Amino acid sequence: MIVNQFLVLGALLFSIGVYGVLVRRNAVLVLLSIELMLAAVNINLVAFGAYVDDAVAAGQVFALFVITVAAAEVGIGLAIVVLIFRNRSSANVDELDLMKW
Amino acid sequence: MAFSDWITDARNIVFLVIALTMVGGALVVVTTRNVVHSALTLVVVLGGSAALFLMLGAEFVAWAVILVYVGAVVVLFLFGIMITRAPIGRDSVRLDHERRWPPALIALSVFVVMAWSTTLAFGSEQISGGVIRTDAIGDLLFSRYVIPFEAVSFVLLAALIGGIVLARKDPDR
Amino acid sequence: MTTLLGLLALAEGGEHAVEVVTDPGGFVGVLADFAWLIPVVPLLATFAIVLVGKRLPLKGWELAEGAIGFVAIYAVALLIANWVTPMAVEHHIEISRIGSLPGLGDLVLEWGWVVDGLSIMMFTVVGVVGFFVFTYAKGYMEGDVRFTFFFASFSLFAGGMLVLVIAPNLIQLIVGWELVGVASYLLIGHWWEDHDNNAAAIKAFITNKIADVGLFVGVIILGITVGSFRITDVLDAVARHDSALAAVAFWAGLGLFIGAMGKSAQMPFHVWLPDAMAGPTPVSSLMHAATMVTAGVYLVGRMFPLYQTGGMADDVKTIIILAGGATLLLTGLIALVQDDIKKVLAYSTLSQLGYMTAAMGAGAYTAGLFHLFTHAFFKGLLFLAAGSVIHGVHSNNMSDMGGLRRFMPSTYKTFLIGSVALAGIFPLSGFWSKDEILASLSNDASHGGGAAATLVLVLAILGAFITAFYMTRAVYLTFFGEYRGDGHPHESPRVMTYPLWGLAALAAVAGFVNIPGVYTPFTEWLASRIHVMGDHHAGGLNWALALIGTAVALAGIAAGTRLFRRDAATQAERDRFRIPVLYPLLEHKYYFDDLYLNGIVGPIKGPIARFVVWTNQVVIDGVVNAFGAAARFASGYVYGWVDQRGIDLAINVVAAGAGEAGGVVRKAQTGKVQQYAGALFAGAVLLVVGFLIFS
Repeated sequence: MIVNQFLVLGALLFSIGVYGVLVRRNAVLVLLSIELMLAAVNINLVAFGAYVDDAVAAGQVFALFVITVAAAEVGIGLAIVVLIFRNRSSANVDELDLMKW
Repeated sequence: MAFSDWITDARNIVFLVIALTMVGGALVVVTTRNVVHSALTLVVVLGGSAALFLMLGAEFVAWAVILVYVGAVVVLFLFGIMITRAPIGRDSVRLDHERRWPPALIALSVFVVMAWSTTLAFGSEQISGGVIRTDAIGDLLFSRYVIPFEAVSFVLLAALIGGIVLARKDPDR
Repeated sequence: MTTLLGLLALAEGGEHAVEVVTDPGGFVGVLADFAWLIPVVPLLATFAIVLVGKRLPLKGWELAEGAIGFVAIYAVALLIANWVTPMAVEHHIEISRIGSLPGLGDLVLEWGWVVDGLSIMMFTVVGVVGFFVFTYAKGYMEGDVRFTFFFASFSLFAGGMLVLVIAPNLIQLIVGWELVGVASYLLIGHWWEDHDNNAAAIKAFITNKIADVGLFVGVIILGITVGSFRITDVLDAVARHDSALAAVAFWAGLGLFIGAMGKSAQMPFHVWLPDAMAGPTPVSSLMHAATMVTAGVYLVGRMFPLYQTGGMADDVKTIIILAGGATLLLTGLIALVQDDIKKVLAYSTLSQLGYMTAAMGAGAYTAGLFHLFTHAFFKGLLFLAAGSVIHGVHSNNMSDMGGLRRFMPSTYKTFLIGSVALAGIFPLSGFWSKDEILASLSNDASHGGGAAATLVLVLAILGAFITAFYMTRAVYLTFFGEYRGDGHPHESPRVMTYPLWGLAALAAVAGFVNIPGVYTPFTEWLASRIHVMGDHHAGGLNWALALIGTAVALAGIAAGTRLFRRDAATQAERDRFRIPVLYPLLEHKYYFDDLYLNGIVGPIKGPIARFVVWTNQVVIDGVVNAFGAAARFASGYVYGWVDQRGIDLAINVVAAGAGEAGGVVRKAQTGKVQQYAGALFAGAVLLVVGFLIFS
């Protein structure tokens, strides 16, 4: 096994996630695509951890932290989506243009 | 290293199968017209990543992914889909933007740049690592990484409280 | 006492022949080693106030006051220690190494503290004036909506200034410089509900930012050329006439001075300071006395050898002296026509900063910083007294005041002390420092300063007249005559008057620490630093200039008294008073000076000739009035054309350009998050591609 095969796979998954984030209108699907990107990052972290092979397992531990933070992010993100849906009867990202000038 | 050398390693064949499954699943996640399918296909991708973690000797991470993502996060997503009444069915116009090529172009260039630079940097370096067992990870988490660990636990707590505060019905109304 | 005599002997011996101890042992050593606490304590107080301030019994004020009190005590302890043993202690702690950036070599990012005469003097000014202002502010800000936040920002303001002053390297100096800028933004815009205050805060911040570009350029040039951001390293290079540094020293020195012009509000960067009056008065007081505006003069003082050594940035000195001379006269003239008492003081500060800058430009390190020292006390006092007046009558305008000496005796007496000190009347502090500057200018004129120094000397003497004149006007308009406002003026609470008396005492005696030729410990304090070079310091008292200065100041007071004491307003002139709402009130209570009315309306409507005729019956009157009229006309011209139209026009053009550009660019702000995300990723890709190609 070479380390680059995992990295390229990670890059591919990440790019697919980027595509999803940019193209999806529904906020839940945007969050799903973000999960895809985070999974790609985890693969990279663990692959690098195995490549460096350090005694303190930094790659794996940080992958665990990423998983935890991702879980928190999904919880908050979905709560916000639910809140927005309740206020505006829509969970479509492109209808939220409050940040416009 | 030539592709023929690479493919003769049995582990790489396994990797190829898993990777292709994951990529296919990921494409389904971002293109399907059915929201529920999208969430369920994410399970496949994450399961694939768990399998890769096992190949890389990261047992605990693999099972954590299964438990946290497949067990909790995807279920959460399904609830989110249900609550927001995302259009279930074959209605792609309302799920995606009309113009798909600029995002596709950006995503492709992200991939090219990342793959290009990792290939430049690592070429065909071998992975040498062995298995790191769960008890070792546990020891590390509670000794060397105890402060980040506690910090992350506070993040989770804050997210928990924040989720409740955000999503509950306003008692005044 | 023997030490004192020894120092005096040293002072007689020559220019700054002070033995400087770089490693004092014992208690003094401990004191110097822990001087890092000086900026840290107020900054910690800021955070503490933000976090827990609202729950404390005095709403966070006690933390701010405690922190500044600590600074004051520590500074005075250091001052005494430095008096006994002149010292210059430096400590550096490495934070990180800036790697091998191209052209930068191996630069180190450091945090440190320097305890020498100059920084101790600044600690004392910030700590002592700050202590009085913080005490006073408790009374002034009582009941304010954002009382706690005010004191958090106030602590940050003082702490930022102390970071700047204590910095032994230029990077840390910039950190302090910017902290002061941010805190001033918060404080000027403290009452942001009023749009004008907000605009004033932004104006102050932006003007400073523009000038800061000069500072950054200067610091970068010095850092790259010398290979170190430590001030001592830079000055070492100056001392050994480093040829690489000499090649760029002019631009570095000019850059640093442009930064100093911004903070010290020298023309043409002075526009922010009068507007900064929008902040609460304690802010103005601290800003004008101890923090912020003194930073520029301090910077020039800290980098003084760079400007003073031949072959380095000594050409910049001509620019410095001319900038100072122009500022001291032109802004002094503007002060004559202001109705807002705080604006009178603000323009007066500009004028006094002009004096300090001119002194620096004349190579008179001690004189400039001595004026900074005394000015801090009397200008802090004047602002606090003005704040007390404003607190009492609820108006900034002197046309709403008058006769307040009966209602506010303490404020009146202290304001008077401050005014006399500012006017430079013997023996109050302003006399000594202003005389020192005049003497230094004359000294410079005969020692290579050339025509510029002579010109600025004349301007400075004129400025002394104007200073005395406008302060007399302010005193008469505020405290004499009949009360012209509505409401009932009252003396401020004791928490406000006690600081006034404290500062008044200091304003009276602060000048005695540097009596030329007799007793000059101040010169010795300032001299205790590692690099002192070529201070053009007049040794003894210059009797001729002292007499001229005093005579001119007395003439100014006489002129002011003549013009503003008079009770001769006729009906017609009263009709022209520019605040019609107050007119009925004025008809009964306003028995004030005809010239004052003309002073406001005159430059615009032009009845100058009439009052000259009217006062011409007495010859002396005529001379005095003509002077007053000319001054008013010139200031009106300067204010109306140079300031309002010339400089403001340029700023408006820039603003309009920015607005137009914004109209075009804002179309990119669609509000669609995903377009932003797409731009983010595309930008990241471009960056990576750029790195891969160019590395």
